[in-house]
Amino acid sequence: MSEFHDRGVEVVAISVDSPAESQKLCQSRGYSFPFLSDPNAQVIRGYGVLHPKGGEDDKDIARPAEFLIDTAGTVRWVNLTDDIRVRARPEAVLGAISRLGG
Amino acid sequence: MKRHWNSPIWAGFAIVIVALVSYIPIFVRFPVTRDVPWANYLLYLLGGGLLAVGVRRAFQAPEQYRGKISGSILAVLSVLLLGFFVVSILYLAKQIPSAERALRPGQPAPPFVLQDITGRQVASSELLKGHRAVVLVFYRGYW
Repeated sequence: MSEFHDRGVEVVAISVDSPAESQKLCQSRGYSFPFLSDPNAQVIRGYGVLHPKGGEDDKDIARPAEFLIDTAGTVRWVNLTDDIRVRARPEAVLGAISRLGG
Repeated sequence: MKRHWNSPIWAGFAIVIVALVSYIPIFVRFPVTRDVPWANYLLYLLGGGLLAVGVRRAFQAPEQYRGKISGSILAVLSVLLLGFFVVSILYLAKQIPSAERALRPGQPAPPFVLQDITGRQVASSELLKGHRAVVLVFYRGYW
């Protein structure tokens, strides 16, 4: 995590969980980055990563995904997995950050 | 003659249980043991090997060792648990919709304002302002 901050990059998580549920997750896993709550999946839909009825009780949730966004607000790198277990490795994200230039 | 307690059967089954339940709380945390769950497969192998040793001696020397029935039941259970694990890893985990609608590099990222865990409203513009870039990580949620 500090490697991201050293490069001036903020990591932000988004899920449909309520702030209280996300707080539990952050505490149990020791996450210190901002964890945002998108209960109606509006932002998730906006990024095209909705998993309709993917959660408990057929709730709409996010599919796992990572987006790198530059200061101009442009998407610069995307990682979409086809397996819920397998996420981007930090090295891959850091590599994409190095290619941002500037 | 009193027959011996056939410990490899029980030890083997205990290791099989550990192989099943350890993946999510422990091995998922490290990409090396997460992407291919070899640590869990190794545990299954170890547990299965012990079970096989135990069941074998229960059948070959039934006058010395217990465990013909318990060993058989636990061996079948272990196979079922391994099957469940493999199906979860190779099939269930991949049941997510295709991401053809996901934003691509070069497209504008939609701005947003969302609550953080303390209830504070956080705007994407505010996040971008103080940084060189932002990595947005979408999570399925806490389960």
